[in-house]
Amino acid sequence: MSAFRLLDEALPDHAPFDVPVAAGAVVTFDGRVRDHNEGKTVQRLAYSAYAALALSEGETIIAEALAKFALSAAACCHRLGDLALGEAAVRVWAAAAHREEAFAGCRYIIDEVKARVPIWKKETYADGQSAWVLCTHHGSG
Amino acid sequence: MKIHIQYFAMLAEQRGLDDEWLTVETANLVTLYEMLAARHGFPLSRATIRPAVNDAFCAWAHPLQCGDRVVFVPPVSGG
Repeated sequence: MSAFRLLDEALPDHAPFDVPVAAGAVVTFDGRVRDHNEGKTVQRLAYSAYAALALSEGETIIAEALAKFALSAAACCHRLGDLALGEAAVRVWAAAAHREEAFAGCRYIIDEVKARVPIWKKETYADGQSAWVLCTHHGSG
Repeated sequence: MKIHIQYFAMLAEQRGLDDEWLTVETANLVTLYEMLAARHGFPLSRATIRPAVNDAFCAWAHPLQCGDRVVFVPPVSGG
């Protein structure tokens, strides 16, 4: 199964891989839909993606994390479509022998996904206006 | 030559299309983006864009070939 997935429905609660018995630590990160951004009250938001490139770039990031942090397994799922406040938009799992590697690997994956994977967020505000969020500059690849 | 351009996010909104086939004189991605930006009033400067050809990121210097699928990837905001 792919380590990076785009989903139209709620994200899985549990890691989408069998945690190896050699892994003493599993770190899970949730990115959630927040009710405010840059001083504006957010009512809802929608994610869209360039799916073909998002999937390959996501897989590349997971492979980088596995190699850099000696992770025994890792995965990331990102929602697409309309999301309500408080819903999980992205979830990352990183398993390693020890917690240091698991935390570092999880952090690397979410940071790189936010910087490099072609997914876009459009926020709708309490005043009825909406805007594409331009929060991230591209990584150099 | 004919190329297939796909638009995403704010560029799709600005263009009013998700994709189109164009016959172009140039094989240069910089020239192509500047031409489309001028024609359709794209608000994003080229420095904020990463080009992709046939579903892979590439350099601005990557030469276009007939039938290529081109995407100008706007600044991303996942997570």
